[in-house]
Amino acid sequence: MLKIENLTVKFPGRFGDFTAIDAVSLSVAAGEIHGLVGESGAGKSTIGAAIIGLLQPPGFVADGKMTLGETDLRSLSPEEAHHLRGKRISMIFQDPQTSLNPLMTIADQLIETIQAHEDVSTAEARDRSVALLEEIGIENAAARIKAYPHQFSGGMRQRVVIALALCTNPELIIADEPTTALDVAVQSQVLDLIRRLAKTRDIGFLLITHDIGVIGQITDNVTVLRGGRLMETGPTQKVLRTPEHAYTKSLMAAVPPLDRKLERFLVPDSDIKVSDAPGLAAPASRSAADAEQWLTAGTRSVGEGLGMSGVTVRFSGNRTSLFSRPDAFIALDDVSMSVRPGSVMGLVGESGSGKSTIAKVLTGLVQPSAGHLSLGDADLPPARTRGRKDPSRRLIQMVFQDPYSSLNGRHRIGDILAEPLWHYGLEADAGKRRDLAAAILDLVGLSADAIDRFPHQFSGGQRQRIAVARSLLARPSVLICDEPTSALDVSIQAQVLNLLKDLQARFGLTILFISHNLAVVRQMSDDVTVLKSGKIVETGTSEDFFTNPQADYSRELLSLTPGMPV
Amino acid sequence: MLARLIKSEPVYLFFRSPAAMLAAIVAILVLGGAAFAPFLASTDPYDLSSFSLMDGLLPPLWEGGDPRFLLGTDDQGRDMVSAILFGARLSLTIGLMAMAVASVLGVGLGLAAGYFGGRFDAIVMRIADIQLALPAILTALLIDGISRGVLPPAIHQDLRVAVLTLAIALSLWVNFARTARASVFVERNKDYVQAAMIMGQHPLRVMLRHILPNIMGPLLVIMTVDLASAILLEATLSFLGIGLPADSPSLGTLIRIGMQFLLSGEWWILWVPTLFLVALVVSINVLGDFLRDVFNPRLR
Repeated sequence: MLKIENLTVKFPGRFGDFTAIDAVSLSVAAGEIHGLVGESGAGKSTIGAAIIGLLQPPGFVADGKMTLGETDLRSLSPEEAHHLRGKRISMIFQDPQTSLNPLMTIADQLIETIQAHEDVSTAEARDRSVALLEEIGIENAAARIKAYPHQFSGGMRQRVVIALALCTNPELIIADEPTTALDVAVQSQVLDLIRRLAKTRDIGFLLITHDIGVIGQITDNVTVLRGGRLMETGPTQKVLRTPEHAYTKSLMAAVPPLDRKLERFLVPDSDIKVSDAPGLAAPASRSAADAEQWLTAGTRSVGEGLGMSGVTVRFSGNRTSLFSRPDAFIALDDVSMSVRPGSVMGLVGESGSGKSTIAKVLTGLVQPSAGHLSLGDADLPPARTRGRKDPSRRLIQMVFQDPYSSLNGRHRIGDILAEPLWHYGLEADAGKRRDLAAAILDLVGLSADAIDRFPHQFSGGQRQRIAVARSLLARPSVLICDEPTSALDVSIQAQVLNLLKDLQARFGLTILFISHNLAVVRQMSDDVTVLKSGKIVETGTSEDFFTNPQADYSRELLSLTPGMPV
Repeated sequence: MLARLIKSEPVYLFFRSPAAMLAAIVAILVLGGAAFAPFLASTDPYDLSSFSLMDGLLPPLWEGGDPRFLLGTDDQGRDMVSAILFGARLSLTIGLMAMAVASVLGVGLGLAAGYFGGRFDAIVMRIADIQLALPAILTALLIDGISRGVLPPAIHQDLRVAVLTLAIALSLWVNFARTARASVFVERNKDYVQAAMIMGQHPLRVMLRHILPNIMGPLLVIMTVDLASAILLEATLSFLGIGLPADSPSLGTLIRIGMQFLLSGEWWILWVPTLFLVALVVSINVLGDFLRDVFNPRLR
């Protein structure tokens, strides 16, 4: 039905044309779910935009053929293309928060879309909308249709977005990361829905995602892209199980498996750039060995345990009346947890379960309303009473989720790394601080010349390594990692996880590893704690949790996580 | 360093924007003329002995004037070119100083308000709201009036430039405070600021070393736009007679003097300084808009 041959998309730029898509061919049959997978920058979304005719200017289709049924998509006038969009090709976007108009009711948005493409009465359009919502799985649709988008939960909202895409009976739906913003439970419902629609309505889906698990779960065929080029294409089972192309193989190897724990990941050779290549040996006093020696020479020898008991955090919620106090929102409810010295504790849960709040309580950003914290044998003062010079400020270090915002973009890498050394008074001499910064870069696998560059000159994975290096230079005993790899591509995730594993083993750090990705947690942690709505559901050793989960919620989480088809 | 500057994005965009280049040329010419006025001007408009009433009201050269006076003379026989160069010097000095005072005051208060939030933020922002409700001219009149009442007349005369600068700065700081505060709200929740806070760095250090460099983009834009406002405000106040006296001609004073000749045929006395002021303010504004576009990638 949809046929693309030799599609080439170029973006004219200051240094000549940039070829975003290079001669990619693929086809989607009616009722087929075709996966388009690749890491960021692979050109997945660009292909979707080219098909629907909404390429971001100044990008343009330089070459190739695109046909939908009998229609040549490239020869359409803007008028015809406009008519075709929504009518024959629809789109589902990543974020259901922003793809619905918050000021219009669901009914208005559906009716508007139907009437834009068909000459039907409002009453008829409304009836069709209600029927559609029921089909999509929204209960009591006749009443719910009058609601505004914010009155639906994230998963329900994504269903409404799918209803919007469906309401004109399109032949093809392009779904751009439709479940990336959703929790696993909701994700699996939405994926089931997509699968059902493809079957019952014979709609072709082009499913764009970076998540191999999602690809494995629902697609019929898959196309693997890298840097705008087609790497491999074929039936999903075949491509995922017996990949032929070297890149696909390494990509599969980098995906953390849910069902077993690996010692190390194989890392695809995609990220090696000039600054990353093993060049000349680092000069004396600036090598990884020096950094290691310095790190272990400190007062600390092993990681200390971390404990919290009865911790409750309340945030003030929405004010319902001008005269009453706002309701309290309980983010953490009587949470007690202890992390053994030198071990890795995985903390899992859905978004909103309070994972990050625990990190903020431990680092002193959020004041708990009740409870007690401890570090090693000593008390850990909560936010308000933790002084600026409190020793825990050095002993507990944090690695953030987004490496793009956790490094100050206006500072050089050398200054960023020297800051903890200067701030905690670990190294008085500026020259030595610089040497140490260079040495630690070597330790985390970056070349020493990175020291004079700015963060924006590095890729996400390299930045995350710099962030890890910065936290290490404080000579911490506890590292809190809040979703350290969820903003990264799988191959880079594998590198960062390897680095964290190595460092943990070498320096005996205690790590609190927060993640919503169960497969990653399995690879990293010795113990696991499951959090739901601010309460602890289950806690135990990692192997027990993954092989024999006790709580119903844990079992549900595990069963819903899309795994590799093995 | 220079090579990197030439290759950088703003410079690249600059050479592709004719409006920005033209504005930059005008601004540089005016700034240069003002800075080197004592060397460029043929007469000193402050020195009463250097010009003669006999040369009064000569038209510009192309209207059959005297070759010594390119743009003619005013009723006192002052050379218009010299008067404008010195006038621009005074206007720009006051404008730049007022802008500097306003930005230090505004950015300082805005940074602190955004960083600490809560009660301090509320107090600062309500003061800003009150300030915003008062027209700039009213503020200037108020300060001028107070300074007249408080200071002895002799000192007041000497301090006129300072009083005028302060009056203009006080009516402009709100822009800086609001912009800085809004930007801080965005930045302070970013992880790098949180990281600095977790480390227990001093609030001053977090604000000045971490947040300030990251919010400089919008502030630079406000600075250029407010420089133009400051120059205009000075001209307005001088035009109304509450700014500088006639013997120290700023652009505003020159325009006020020229007003008297609007209907008597000596048009150049009004029009030459007016057009000069318009060219200066427009070119600064165009440069400000250009900077805003450069610093806001979404507009590109």
